[in-house]
Amino acid sequence: MNNTYYGSLIFELSREGRRGYSLPANELKQYGMDALPAQLCREQAPGLPEVDELSVVRHYTNMSNNNFGVDTGFYPLGSCTMKYNPKINEEMCNLPAFTGLHPLQDPDTVQGALEVYYELQRSLATLAGMKEFTLNPFAGAHGELTGLMVMRSYHASRGDDKRTKVIVPDSAHGTNPASAAVCGLDVVVVKSRPDGTVDVDDLRPLLDDTIAGMMMTNPNTLGIFEHSIAEIAKLVHDCGGLMYYDGANLNPMLGKVRPGDIGFDIMHINLHKTFSTPHGGGGPGSGPVGVREGLEQFLPNPRVIRHDEDDSHYYTVENGVNSLGSISGFLGNFGVMMRAYTYILTLGKENVKNVGPLATLNANYVKESLKDSFELPIGGVCKHEFVFDGLKDKSTGVTTLDVAKRLLDFGFHAPTIYFPLLFHEALMIEPTENESRETLDAFIDVMHRIAKEAHDEPEMVKTAPHNTPVSRPDDAQAALKPIVTYRELKEENV
Amino acid sequence: MTHKFFPHTPEDLKAMLARCGENTLDDFYKDVPQELLFKGDYDLPNAMSELEVRRYFEELGSYNEVMTCFAGAGCYDHYSPAVINNIIERSEFLTSYTPYQAEISQGTLQYIFEYQSMMAELTGMEVSNASMYDGATATAEAMMMAIANAKKRNTVLVSSTLNPRVVEVVKTYAHFHGVNIVMIDEKDGVTCRADFEAKVACGDVAGVIVASPNYYGILEDYTGWADLCHDNKALLIMNCVASALGVIKTPAEWGADIAVGDGQSLGLPMNFGGPYVGFLCTSKKLIRKMPGRIVGATRDVDGKRTFVLTLQAREQHIRREKATSNICSNESLMALYVTIYLALMGKQGLREVNEMGYSGAHYLAEKLVETGKFALAFPDKPFLNEFALTTSLNIDALQDMCMSMGIQAGVKIADDKLLLCVTEARSKAEIDALIENVQYFIEKEEENQ
Repeated sequence: MNNTYYGSLIFELSREGRRGYSLPANELKQYGMDALPAQLCREQAPGLPEVDELSVVRHYTNMSNNNFGVDTGFYPLGSCTMKYNPKINEEMCNLPAFTGLHPLQDPDTVQGALEVYYELQRSLATLAGMKEFTLNPFAGAHGELTGLMVMRSYHASRGDDKRTKVIVPDSAHGTNPASAAVCGLDVVVVKSRPDGTVDVDDLRPLLDDTIAGMMMTNPNTLGIFEHSIAEIAKLVHDCGGLMYYDGANLNPMLGKVRPGDIGFDIMHINLHKTFSTPHGGGGPGSGPVGVREGLEQFLPNPRVIRHDEDDSHYYTVENGVNSLGSISGFLGNFGVMMRAYTYILTLGKENVKNVGPLATLNANYVKESLKDSFELPIGGVCKHEFVFDGLKDKSTGVTTLDVAKRLLDFGFHAPTIYFPLLFHEALMIEPTENESRETLDAFIDVMHRIAKEAHDEPEMVKTAPHNTPVSRPDDAQAALKPIVTYRELKEENV
Repeated sequence: MTHKFFPHTPEDLKAMLARCGENTLDDFYKDVPQELLFKGDYDLPNAMSELEVRRYFEELGSYNEVMTCFAGAGCYDHYSPAVINNIIERSEFLTSYTPYQAEISQGTLQYIFEYQSMMAELTGMEVSNASMYDGATATAEAMMMAIANAKKRNTVLVSSTLNPRVVEVVKTYAHFHGVNIVMIDEKDGVTCRADFEAKVACGDVAGVIVASPNYYGILEDYTGWADLCHDNKALLIMNCVASALGVIKTPAEWGADIAVGDGQSLGLPMNFGGPYVGFLCTSKKLIRKMPGRIVGATRDVDGKRTFVLTLQAREQHIRREKATSNICSNESLMALYVTIYLALMGKQGLREVNEMGYSGAHYLAEKLVETGKFALAFPDKPFLNEFALTTSLNIDALQDMCMSMGIQAGVKIADDKLLLCVTEARSKAEIDALIENVQYFIEKEEENQ
């Protein structure tokens, strides 16, 4: 990060006749494109910039300096598991023997790639206590949708078409109800108890033969383990529904608890959270979906199947007859799978067991160190994350937004703010297992300092950030009159 | 406990546990019923060092064969400038997340703004979102967008000339979303106009999905289609190969309401199917119905130009069960890939890429037809860089023989039909090598008879 704002758009660097590429001469130009009928061609060339190579490189390098990543500094964004993205992952996913493969090549010529797919799904299955995974979904939300499709396919296969509702806790991510709606299911909300866990008494009357299943995270969005999970799973199963595990909060469970062992039938994992693949500014992610035995026939097409013969084995790509259909053009975000599998091999079975406990230690350490300055609505042990309800001293007028913005001045990313919706001033902190005690101490010191500033010089906090490339943006203006392309920006002179 | 990803020393553990009032790491799980704890052994290998990881993947890589690629069908082997991967791997881009804190995310926000601007230029549409997963899911999202826009209508027409892999995904989404999909017949490699006219007038059609170029590489003539859609209150959705949009008539020029497709052809590595990037562009009128994230320009409190996520009221985390899309994470880094590609190639580079693909494809088609064993599957239909041939040869055997020579000889799309593609990445020598192999195969076949 630097604090010099570099604000030109690539279009503003364009000069007619400049170029940033080199191509070989066309050896076959006697076969000219001018033979195409004019009414099938565009009238004008697209308004793309014309820029030389160095200018392009400098433009995007300077832009990257206006960005903050995990490699820049501590990134305690709750529920996003911003763990370290190992560099060996990048080296492996860029191996030409994998990046150069066309997805429709003959299986004989892609056995290595299919083994990566198969072994990663098998590894996830053993880590999660599931029978089998599909790696085709592109992101967590896509995994949720796919998992709900599995749920509906299961009920349809039994000829049970009454089950049109899915139960979602009020503390759930917005993605859960949205995925249900896209999948054609009606959402029934179950309330939380004061400690943030699912209210089993509120759940019971909701259960009948119209319930397809229930979606849960565990630990929940407050970082609290749902200790009634066995009872909840039994209630839902007894009414004929299936249990869906939203893997957004899987990290603290790694090494300690497997979703498949505690009553879940279907789940997704965010490889970009729990399995260290980079978030890339919002993707590419990967959202593998795992199922318990008996449900694998419904997984999306295509699937990678292993065939064992004597002492050799062979992989094929196949479509299943009971499959829910396909949800991706090919086999998903293969490049992300390469990274996640590298991470699993690097950790190994002996170290993967420490991921959850260390992530949990770090979260509890930060929580215990800050609870004197910030309001902790739910005490006790948390898992990988926890939620403060703003500053303890509410008299200063300093909000959670102000605290978040002030943190940026000190070289920290802000926690997730105003989520979950159970509290007005939610500040959701997730440190991950990779952070050292010194980093956590530095964050704790700054948080205390901000709490003190809020009391002593509140304006300093309310007008933050002061040291970032830009200051607080005018969001209202952006939404009122959206300017979303360079063409509009020129017209509006922004 | 010592591992390069865990910084905790024994002293750290002791001091941190003490601050938490616990004695061991296991104490943090005392709220978990004991019978739910996993006490077994994972079926995984032991930890590998970096050297071992490298060796492992090098060995796996040796079971793959990177071939001289004449296959397309939704994934294209294009030239990718060296600059791109270098910038993509900059950790300020790579290791950041969704730009929630605009003040320290201007890098991400600005490239998304540039991406949106470029995709709008390429498709001719007014607005683009920040990206979708891939071309197939982008098309499915456009289908749901048409349904949300139409309120009571519940049928979407899909041309039979759309890539069947895209059709499959659209059908899956439609099945679970409760949308009725009706296919429009194909006639001579293009969408049957008479069938379209009959079906669009049924009164229940919310959208019509067509392709340009279509699955067979053909540039279809959609003159008058948008008007007919609009007369019947349906949206016209056009699925496009992104690279081709540098030269072919744009969805906007055809009057389409939504342009979708895969951005992979804009220099993205084939990567065995992903990650790619879906694009979805539309008119300003429909912007509030658009799925996914959108970046807008505004000013900060000091008056500096600033980019922010905007129109978030449309998004799933706000709308929850009223949402018509559930996408949140998209393919941001691949959108950056496309942005840098288009910045480098510019309008001229994209034209050259298309010219070279056109030349190579037409040369290859001519030479294969000259062997007497192939015919254009749809003669007289214009194509750019991908085309279907009909043949009496055994396609599997032909492809196997080419494979043994390191050549991927297209994609078999029917027992007697082969789909071939040529990009600027194929030299004349490589094309000639394919032709020679085919000739050799034909000679061998004739000898055997």
